[in-house]
Order: sequence, then structure tokens, then C-alpha cells
Amino acid sequence: MHELLGANGGSKRLLLGNQAIVRGALEAGISFATTYPGTPASEIGDNFYRISREIDLYFEYSVNEKVALETAAAAAVSGLRSMCSMKHVGLNVAADALMTLAYVGVKGGLVIVSADDPSLHSSQNEQDNRYYAKLSGLPMLEPANSQEALEMTRAAFTLSESHQIPVLLRTTTRVNHSRGVVTLGTLQPPQRSGSFEKDPFNLVVVPMVGRRLHVELLKKSHNLRAEANHSPFNTASGEGSWGIVTNGVSYNYVVDAIRELKLGDRIQVLKLGMTYPFAAELCLDFLKGLERILVVEELEPFMEEMLKVAAQESGLTLEIRGKEDDLLPRYFEFDPVQIKTAMARFFELDYQPPKVEPGPELPQRPPNLCAGCPHRATYYAVKQALGEGTAIYPTDIGCYTLGLLPPLQTADFLLCMGSSVSSAGGFSKAQDQPVVAFIGDSTFFHSGITGLINAVQNDHNFTLVILDNGTTAMTGQQPHPGVELTVEGPQPPKVDIEAVVRGCGVDQVLVVQPLQVRKTIGSIKEVLEGDENPGVRVIISKSPCPLFERRVTGRKQKVVFKVTEECDMCRRCLDELGCPAFTYCEDEEDCAYIRIDELLCSGCSVCAQMCHAVTPKKKSA
Amino acid sequence: MEVEGWAVWPRGSCMDSWRIFFTGVGGQGTLLATRILGEAALLTDVQVVVSEIHGMAQRGGVVESAVVMGKVLSPVVSDGEADVLMAFEPLEALRALRKCSAHSLVIANTSPISPFAVSSGKVQYPDVSEMMRTVSGHVGKLIALNARSLARGAGSELAVNMVLLGTLMRQERLPFGREPVETVIKTRTRKPFVEINLEAFDLGFQVV
Repeated sequence: MHELLGANGGSKRLLLGNQAIVRGALEAGISFATTYPGTPASEIGDNFYRISREIDLYFEYSVNEKVALETAAAAAVSGLRSMCSMKHVGLNVAADALMTLAYVGVKGGLVIVSADDPSLHSSQNEQDNRYYAKLSGLPMLEPANSQEALEMTRAAFTLSESHQIPVLLRTTTRVNHSRGVVTLGTLQPPQRSGSFEKDPFNLVVVPMVGRRLHVELLKKSHNLRAEANHSPFNTASGEGSWGIVTNGVSYNYVVDAIRELKLGDRIQVLKLGMTYPFAAELCLDFLKGLERILVVEELEPFMEEMLKVAAQESGLTLEIRGKEDDLLPRYFEFDPVQIKTAMARFFELDYQPPKVEPGPELPQRPPNLCAGCPHRATYYAVKQALGEGTAIYPTDIGCYTLGLLPPLQTADFLLCMGSSVSSAGGFSKAQDQPVVAFIGDSTFFHSGITGLINAVQNDHNFTLVILDNGTTAMTGQQPHPGVELTVEGPQPPKVDIEAVVRGCGVDQVLVVQPLQVRKTIGSIKEVLEGDENPGVRVIISKSPCPLFERRVTGRKQKVVFKVTEECDMCRRCLDELGCPAFTYCEDEEDCAYIRIDELLCSGCSVCAQMCHAVTPKKKSA
Repeated sequence: MEVEGWAVWPRGSCMDSWRIFFTGVGGQGTLLATRILGEAALLTDVQVVVSEIHGMAQRGGVVESAVVMGKVLSPVVSDGEADVLMAFEPLEALRALRKCSAHSLVIANTSPISPFAVSSGKVQYPDVSEMMRTVSGHVGKLIALNARSLARGAGSELAVNMVLLGTLMRQERLPFGREPVETVIKTRTRKPFVEINLEAFDLGFQVV
């Protein structure tokens, strides 16, 4: 039984914030869950996926976040409690649906999880998605730890249903990926099926309906503001004439700082868990009688600005500070010393941050494509096929973005999911260098197809390489529409990438197996030299992610490769492949040689095809 | 193995909070080690938060995580505030030295894993003894051990994490002893590896 289903109410568990969110949803009787995987939200969907095989809960990995939200919206409008989870930038993709869903509202509770990533641990930006609450008018809850992640998720369903509006649960990486002790509540069984009642003049948003629904939304917002003023998640504590207003993970830093700086009798803390609509009356009550206020929130001055507006409207003139004068930065996540330092500066306290050794300059350890990764072979083949020539390489989001680093250096431009295809078209129209774009299989389904159709329609001229490794590898091997390898054995894909590409109107399509190096180089050369036939050319480079293949098939590796004495130290393996299994060594007489680490070698044979001094041998058990 | 410069534990026996910072290379099992320590704390009713970062870092990059226990709630360990640094790799021990103070206990594996710039022959891997000397000079106590060879002795090089946990528990600086940790290893690690893991933990525990 799944660990989140087996535990009884009242028992304690050490749960990731993401697991706590899932448990909270199960305790609210969730029936329907959708997602597109993205760090730091991925474990929410992955847990629902496994749980959906055990209980009557519908779960899907949707093709992208917009699809995920629209699918969940239909379930919620049919009365089912539903959740749609995604990383922060995923909400950009889903934003079109979000803004009007706020008008339309829901019947069954709908909780939308936005997992933000301050410090960009695994994202392309660190946008503050709290502004989506303000932009859309949706209520928002922000947990500070795993226990609150569970409780707020559970409460979010009730809040959503009682006001017939979706609720945003906004987390940050440190909440999603911290494990904390959680006291569990009682599980509620999912509702088996929903029912849809036709109501087109509330559910079909033509202008005359939208006008009315906008006014309705503002009424709901007004009621939700009263709810925020009395929310059990908005709490004041402590004593003294100074105040701190804080939210989310920052609350933990504030509490620790107050204890360590021994300020328990001097500072009151207002912790906002329901941060939108803004609990203005509650905040004004808190401000009254205080001398100065520090707002401690990561990223943008979201609460700070609303607090200042509320204070101004009621004529309060006390000092409210946060992001001004670099007291607290608008970038990256906080850490405890930073908060103690800012508090000491603002409240004029004596505090010396610990002295930190700058440390010597050390070799960096950037992440690298795994040994045996077929993306490396594809990149190598493309560069070989181009020869002395060069190209612009628009890339996309996935493991293969690591092609950015030397020695592969096959990434020149990236914005977001799908930007490889559309920007490749733009480059081909804007300048004269040839363009070779890269996109992964899951990303292609997510948002590459639209760009491809656009390129065909507008006669763009580039080569698109679809790196098809058969899974959504980066986020933990989630399935996508083109998956062929399953635990039950190989199966035909539900959606065939080649058929999609041809269906988009591309005539020049080539499928290669990148681990067959010479053949692949030859084929790619032919395609790239087809400049006399301008247009969109697609190469599908198809070879499974070795980690995924090993997990799914359980196949044992039989062969590894070794470097023989014929090696003349030309270094091409090191300088052109960059496989982590290769090591440059020196013996006791400072004589250089190259070695392949047997533990790391995955037996892909790419190196052996480019060099006669690499030969196979039986892998020792 | 060397043991140097043992200073008095920062706040004597009246500690009410513990910050343990873990660093290593993707694939070394740092996240399992932090989780085991977290589960052991839960088992003994000690307040605990475990902080991890998933995703990009797993592709052979640096993986950092933390376990904080007792009164402290902050999941992040600031520079200069780690009570214990658990370094699974010597170069990463030195890189994470910024987390330590003159009071910190450092447990470091001396078996190197070359970063790409080193294995491609572009730069040299720094001398391990030299790096350990630098670490030792800035912290309260350093225990440097070849955890990889101990793990191999226990039956699997993958058990470096268990060896280092054993060495940590021997220091008796946490609010619980070795038993809850061993209980968690028995119940929470994969069945075929439990015996190896316990043996590796014990070999680490022998190191003082």
C-alpha cells in the first residue's frame, strides 16, 4: 500500500512538503488530479500517479500545464474535488485558462499548486507567482512547512467550495523539498463520479457573460477578504513594540532569529498564511501601537506594498520597510544569517554575522549528461556532420540543455518550453547562419508542435532535432504520449512523433539511432546539405534514456569498454565527447593515459565507434 | 585517517539545536543519509526538518542537503552556522568549508570523485591531504576517513553514506544514539542491502 494511504489519522510521519500536499488532498477526499511534471512540483504528481492505481482517484500526466488546468477545471465544474499542480513557469502556460476560470468558478473544490523556485535551483527564472493571485483575483494560501502544507491543502478545498472559486496554493522549493514532522488527519474516500449541469449563461464566457462574471468575481473577492481577516492561517504572536510581517518559509527564519537574538519580548510577528485577498483589517489591527515594521518575504515586495497601501488609507505613518535600500533583496531565497543581519540593521541591534572563509578557487563540478546518454551521441553527430561549418543552436528545456557546457556546446538560445522551434524559425528569417534546433520528446508534445506548424506555414528554414529518449527524463521519468517502453513490455506509442511531424506538414523527416554513430553522421549530413531544398527538416534521434531503460526492462548490462595500448593520446574522446566515464590519468612516471571507469561506463559503444583504441570487454559482476 | 584539533563542542552539553550540513556528488546517497537521520529523529521524538534539493543537481553535480534538529526551524543552513559538516567527497568538503565555524565537527570521506574539468585533464585535482589540512585548520574537529574503502569492505561501494552515518553517531553529539539510526536502516533501506548497510554503518562507527 502507498505510504500516504497506509498511515492512520493522528500518527506522525516525516513528509516532504509535496507529500504533505498530496496527503492533505486525500484527507479532503480528492477525486481528480492533473499535472505536467516540473521541479519542484514533480513529486505531487508522482505520488498521485502511484496512489491512483490503488484507490478510485483519477490522475493524469497531462501534455502541458494549460491542458492540465482545463482538464481539472472540467472535473471541478462537475462537482469533483480536484487538484492541478505545476512549477511556477507552468502557470504561465496555464495562465490563459486561469484568468477566465477565475470568472467561471467551480462547484467541487479546485486547488491549483504553483511551486515557485526562488534561487532558480532548477528553473529558467524566479518569478513571484503571488502576483497571479492578484492578477486573477483568486485566493491564495502559502504554507511555511510540511504540516501547514497538509493543513492548508485540506482547508483550501473547503475554501474553494464555499466560495465556488479555485484556490492557489503557492509554495517555494524549500517547502516542496523539505521533510518535516507531520501529524496526519483522517482520509476521506474520493467521490466516484461527478455530474455536470448545463448552465451556458454562467459557463460559456462570451462577452455578455464575462461582464457579469467579472462583477461576481469582485463580490467573491470581497467576501474572501473577510475570510482572510479571520483565517486561522493568519496569526499574530509575541510581544513588544516592533513588528515583523512574514509568510511562507521566511517565517521559520524569523522565529529562529528572534530566539537567537533574544528578542522575544520586543518583537511581535504577524504570519500571513492566506496572503490574498490581503487581510487589511487584521494587518491594521496589528500595526496599531507598533513603532516600526519589517516585512520579511522572499522575492517581490508583495505583502509590503499592500501593507503600505492599507496603512496609508487609514492614516498610519509608522515606518514599514522591506525591500528598499537593499535591506532585503528581491532576488534568491533567504537564509537565516541574512534575516538576522537585516533585523539587526533595521531594529538597530548588535549582531555580528559569522566570519566566513572565502576559501580557495576550486575546480567546478557542473552537472553533466550521464555516461551512455544518447543526447551526447546526437550532439556529437550533429557537430561532426557540420564539419568546419557552424550553426545557431536554439535549445529547449530538459536534460539535453546540459549540451550548453563544453565540450558539446550545442546551445545558443533558450527562453522556455517550446522556444527552440519557434525561435529557430525566427533566426532563419532574421539572419544567414544555418539553424539547428534541439527539443526533447516530452517538451515537443508540451509546446513544440504549435511552433512546428507555424514554421511550415511561414516557410521557415531550419533543421529541428527531436531528442526522443522515450520519457520525461529530467523530472524523474514520467510518461508522455510517445512512450513505448513500459514495465509490461514494449508497446506502440499512443501518439507517434514521426506521424505528428508529418501531420504538421513536414516532408523532410529522418529517424536516426544516435548510438549508431557513423550512420547517424552520414544521414544528418545529407539532411543538412539539403540547403537547395529550403524549409523545415526534422531529424528524430531515437534512443531510450539508459537510466529509464534499465529501470523499466531490468536488463543487466553485459559489456563495458576499455582503452587499449593503441591509444595515441589524441584526446578526441575527452575533447569532443565529454563522457563522464573517461578519465585522464598520469602514472608514477608522469606518463599520461586515458582510462574508462567501469562503474560508470554504460556500454553504449559510442566511443568505440569513434576510436580504434577503445574495445569492449565483459562487465565483471 | 587523521584526527586533529578537537575543540570543545560549541555550546557544551546544553545544546538545544543541531544543524548538520551534507554535501556530496550526485549518486553518492547523501539524500538517503539525510532522510535516515530525519526518520531517526522522528522515532525519538526530536523535532526535525530535512532539506533537500532535487532536479538539476543529480546529473553528477554537487548535491547539498541539511538536517536541522531541536529548536531550530529554518531548513537552510547559513554560511558559518553548521554544527556538523558531512562531506561525502574531499573536494566538496573544502568547497563547503564556508558552512563551518571554529566549532564545527567535520566528517569527510577522503576518496575523491573527479569533476569533469579534472577527468578531462584540463585542471589538476587538489591534493587531498592538503585540502584536509586546510579544513582542519578552520574547524573544531575533523575526522577524515576513506569511507569508500570501508564501504567496499562491507560489501558495496555504494554504502559510503552508511559508513559516514556510523562515524557521525560514534561522536555522540546528537540527541539520540546509534540504535534509532540502525532501526531506520533496517526498516527504510532496500531489503537486499540491509545487511551491507548495517555492516557499513558499524565499520563507520568504529572510526574515532
